[in-house]
Order: sequence, then structure tokens, then C-alpha cells
Amino acid sequence: MKKIFLFLTIFSVIFASGCAMSSALEEKESSDGQNSEQNETDVVKVGILHSLSGTMAISEVSLKDAELMAIEEINNSGGLLGKKIEPVIEDGASDWPTFAEKAKKLLQQDKVATIFGGWTSASRKAMLPVVEQNKGLLWYPVQYEGMESSPNIFYTGATTNQQIVPAVSWLLNNKGKKFFLIGSDYVFPRTANSIIKAQLKAEGGEVVVEEYTPLGHTDYSTVINKMKKVKPDVVFNTLNGDSNVAFFKQLKDAGITSKDVTVMSVSIAEEEIRGIGGEVLAGHLAVWNYFQTTDTPENKAFVEKYKEAYGEERVTDDPIEAAYIAVHLWAEAVKKAGSFEVEKVKEAAKGIEYKAPGGTVKIEGENQHLWKTVRIGEIQPDGQFKEIWNSGEPVKPDPYLKSYSWAEKLSKNNE
Amino acid sequence: MSIFISQLFNGLSLGSIMLLIALGLAITFGLMNVINMAHGELIMVGAYATYVMQLIFSKYLPESLFNYYYFIAIPISFLVASFIGYLLEKGIIRFLYNRPTDSLLATWGISLILQQIARSIFGAPNVAVVAPAWMDGGWQIFGITLPYKRLLILSLSIVCIALLYYYLNKTSTGLRIRAVTMNRNMASCLGIFTRKIDSLGFALGAGLAGIAGCSLTLLGPIGPTIGTYYIVDAFMVVILGGIGGLKGTIIGAFGIGMLSTVVEYSFGATMAKVIVFAVIILFLQWKPLGIFSYRTRALD
Repeated sequence: MKKIFLFLTIFSVIFASGCAMSSALEEKESSDGQNSEQNETDVVKVGILHSLSGTMAISEVSLKDAELMAIEEINNSGGLLGKKIEPVIEDGASDWPTFAEKAKKLLQQDKVATIFGGWTSASRKAMLPVVEQNKGLLWYPVQYEGMESSPNIFYTGATTNQQIVPAVSWLLNNKGKKFFLIGSDYVFPRTANSIIKAQLKAEGGEVVVEEYTPLGHTDYSTVINKMKKVKPDVVFNTLNGDSNVAFFKQLKDAGITSKDVTVMSVSIAEEEIRGIGGEVLAGHLAVWNYFQTTDTPENKAFVEKYKEAYGEERVTDDPIEAAYIAVHLWAEAVKKAGSFEVEKVKEAAKGIEYKAPGGTVKIEGENQHLWKTVRIGEIQPDGQFKEIWNSGEPVKPDPYLKSYSWAEKLSKNNE
Repeated sequence: MSIFISQLFNGLSLGSIMLLIALGLAITFGLMNVINMAHGELIMVGAYATYVMQLIFSKYLPESLFNYYYFIAIPISFLVASFIGYLLEKGIIRFLYNRPTDSLLATWGISLILQQIARSIFGAPNVAVVAPAWMDGGWQIFGITLPYKRLLILSLSIVCIALLYYYLNKTSTGLRIRAVTMNRNMASCLGIFTRKIDSLGFALGAGLAGIAGCSLTLLGPIGPTIGTYYIVDAFMVVILGGIGGLKGTIIGAFGIGMLSTVVEYSFGATMAKVIVFAVIILFLQWKPLGIFSYRTRALD
């Protein structure tokens, strides 16, 4: 008798709380409905979808901050087409299916005009079909491995011919021919290395070792031993995440400095340097389109505003700048189109130029990437970059590497 | 030839790291049959304790003393981690002794909570720990460089083993811990206060994890999720080595370290992990209880 009574009590508690929750949800939905009806005329919603928790939160939270800062700037100067921008922030939680799910929610339920989001290629590839099926718009702010150009995505980060390819050419001309490739074992380093190998073959370089370590690997003694044996001129580093901390610390301990071998990285920006230590990395190189030290008046203002909003110890880096300009580029396109409709915005976006903190950028209508300036920087002991080379003019984006004869086989595989 | 010696040293170094991270787990698993999924987070606690020590030294104490912060950091990491372990034991794990699957789940939950606490206090990004200047560089011998940091970790692991051996075999508390490990009921019958020994044992295991965390700050990242990188290796060592004594853990740790390094040179790090794992599984088919075992792993 007692058991049945207990069971009934528990069951009714669960049932009651379920009812309470669903009625609360209904209330919220109806009040939201009321709000959106009332405010339809003076608010436009945009989605911000980044990992605010999980392993990628380290990198992605600052992108959300940059996007919010840009939205505030636009709102403070009168809004967009007479409306205030209202950000709807969702958490991808470093889980790629969650990115797809939240993108769907933003497009179908919140009916956002556009989404700013993603970091890893995996998250972008998860959102791609959702954005295409729902005819939405995604602005993706991180450098990636190229070989993609969705009609519903604008890519404000570098593609391979604006980061990896010019870096390899510069290294061949300035540092040497023997390349040691080290990367984390997933799609981006593997794709990047296949491009580098093809390029080296065509331009007279040599790959002496191509090594991969699992994500999260922390013991690089064997890799460094191999490096000592092989004596490369250049180490091209596509490690990602915490592995970089371990690799550089152990490299320094083994007595290898930037004078012995040049290490060029594509995943180390000002934010990551903070976690590794400027003195450990001093003298090593990285290639990006933007550094916090980039000397433009727009950048001085940008860095100042960012530090004021989020703290003096915060740093800005390439993905942060790319996220910031994504919002402004979208706003420019909307103003030019006179509408928030995706097709009109896409059409108006073609050819838009913008004075970004990292230099002037232009939207390339053909593939919806940006013309960006390539910059190579040397890490200083204080954790900032000193630019040692830039491409002068912004480089036209070529995600399928069509303009490079040696890349023919690669792009055929991916188109 | 120098490559061979280098790799030999790398194997020893990796083995000593494996040993430090697995020692604490061997004690808690051996003593109390608690599968402690929060062991990685206790390592993280030790690493963050070292970071805090570094901050304190750089902010409040003169420059000249900065180089010695590491010596203080080692015992502090031990104390902080063992204190947290003690709290965990008294607060949660104590109630789950006869429910091993529940303790697995509970300690998994605790690991998530500890990770989030670390994120809330220190932030999600990694923090930088600057090693004292005298640790930079290496010992040049036979044409190769043996980094001082790895030598320090190697000696630290040897010292820990020696102290632990002394504690377990020559002191009366150690005797009680060994008794409870071997046969809990009998020890209880003979008048040993098993509850107290349990708390002590868990705190000891947690403290050792703290020391491991402190030594790992020299080599790798320090962030809220570093525990997840080491927990699997720690369990591999403990299961390979066998439950109940130190000998098995030592041989297991150095065995895995050497094997990993040797395989990695020829096949790469990813394959090395796969091959080492496969070898361990094959070995367990031959000797299911591990290398040296005084007890079964059965959760009874």
C-alpha cells in the first residue's frame, strides 16, 4: 500500500511540474508573440551562434563579444533602416549537431535576418545545410581550409590563398626549402597539408616529415626528437588547441629557438599566446590578415573600444576582427539593398568595400569571400605581433585555388 | 645512436609522467574500490594551485624570490588537492562505498562541477605558468640535450615512489592502509577504523594527483579541461599494473611510456595510441588481473 502511495505521489509531482513548465512556456511564447507584434516595426533580430561552453569556448566567447560591440555601435548611430538590431544569442556548446539545431531554431522560430556564427569547420559544415534549406544567411568569421562557397554563407575569414599559400611562398623565398609539417589529426590540418605538399612540389620545396597528433595530445618529445634528426628549415604548424601550449613549451626546453628553425603557425593568435606565454613563443611566426598591432587608424579606435568594453587585459585578434567586420558588412549590404531580405542583401553585398581595422576589405560577389591583405608577423615577448611582411594590396579570394595550376587535382576532388 | 638515447630518455620521461598521474588513482582504486572519474580534475586543481602560487609570488614577493616559487608550489598543490579530495570523500563518496556504479556516476558529475568551478574562477582560456628561469635549458650529454624540466619530473616521481613506499611499509598508518586494501572486513574486525583510513587514503591519492598537476604545468597547457587529457592514461596504467600494490603501477607506467615513445617514432602519435591500447588489451587477455595483483578488480 505504501509503495503504491509513494509511486502515485512521485507521479503526480512530475505531472504537476510538467504542467507548470508547459504553461510557463506558453505564457512566454504568447508574451513574446505580443512583443514581436508590437515591436515588429522597430526591431530586427539577428542570431549570434557560438560555443559559449565546452572546449571551444576559449576561442569563441570573444567572437560573440566582438559582434555585440558592433551591433551596439550600429544601434547607437541610429540603427539599421530605422530599426534597432536585437541580438538573439545561442550556445553551440562545442557540439556540432547543436550548432545545426540552434541555427534551425534561429531561422525558423526567431526568424532572424541573419546569423553570425561558427568557428570550427565542423560547426560550419553542420550549419551549412540548415542555412541553405531555410534560405537563411550565415556570416562565418574564421580562417579555414577553403574548397567551399555556399550561396548562403559569407566568409569573412581568410581562405587558403590568403593565408597558407602566400606564407609558404614567402618561407621558400626567405627561410629555406626543407619543410616539417606538424598538425592535429582532423580535417583542417590534413586538407591544409595536402595543399602545402602540392604547392611545395610545384615551387621547389621538400616535405621531410609529415606528422599528425591527436587533438589534446600533450607529449611532443618524440616529434621534437625527429625534428632534431631531420634538421628542417621550416616547421609549418597546424596544431590546434591545447596541443600548441605543450608543443612550444617543450620545443623551448629542448633548446630549439627561432634561430635554429622557423616555426610558422596558422592557429596561434594573440588570444592563444596569452595561454602559452609570450617568452615561450618569442621569435616564432604566424600568418593572419590582422594583428592587434596593425597600424591603421580604424584599428587604434577598434582596440581602444574593445578594451574599454571588455577589460584592459583582453586582446583582439584576427577572428575577433573578422567577426566585428561581418556585422558591419551585413549592415552596409542591408543599407544598400534597402531591405533585410536575404536575396536582396546578397545581391547588394557584391563589391561592397569597407575600411576594416585590418585594412580595406571588399566582398567578392563570385564566392562571397573577402579581399584581404595577407600579413606575416613575428611574436614578441610581450605577446603581440610585429609585422614583418604584408601583401601590399588586398588579395582576391580563391577558395578552390583555381588560379594555381598545381592545385588542379585538389580542387577537382572537392568541387 | 644519439636518437636512440634521446628516445630512451623520452620513454622514461613519459613513463614518469604516467606514474605520477596514476599513483593517486592506484591508491584510491586499490584501497576503496572507488572508480574516481574526478581524478583528472584533481590533477587540474594541482596545476591551478601552482598558477596561484606563481601569481602570489610575482605580485607580493620580491623578484629575487620568484625562482623559488616552484619549491613551495609542490607541497601546496599536494595540500590543496588532498584537502579537496578529503572534502569530496567526506561529503559525497562516503555514502557510495557499496555502490560502485553510483560512485562512478557521482565522481563523473563531480568532475564536471570542478571543471566549471575552474572556468568560473580562472576563466575558460588557458592560463600561462612561467617556469623559474633556472629550469630552462637542458643537460648536454653524449651530444643530446636532456631538458631540466623532464629531469626534475623524473626525480620527482622517484622521490614520490620512495616516500610512498616508506609511508606504506614502515609506518603504522601505512600498515593499516595496506590491511584495509587487502581485506576490508578482516581489518575492521581487528579494530581498524576503516572510515578514517578511507578518508586518509582518498586524501593521499588526491594529493598525489595534485603533485602530478604541479609537474605537468612545466610541460603542457593549464586550463579547465586538462583533466580529460590524462584520465584515460591514468586508468590504463592502473588496470595494466594491477590493483593493490605499487610495483605493478610502476612497471605499468614505465612500460606504457617506453612502448608509446618507441612506436610513436616510427608510426606517429595517433597510431602509437592505437597500438599501445591494443597491446594492453592483448596483455589483459593473458593476465586479466594486470601485471602484479593482490586483488581482483571485481566491484564486490
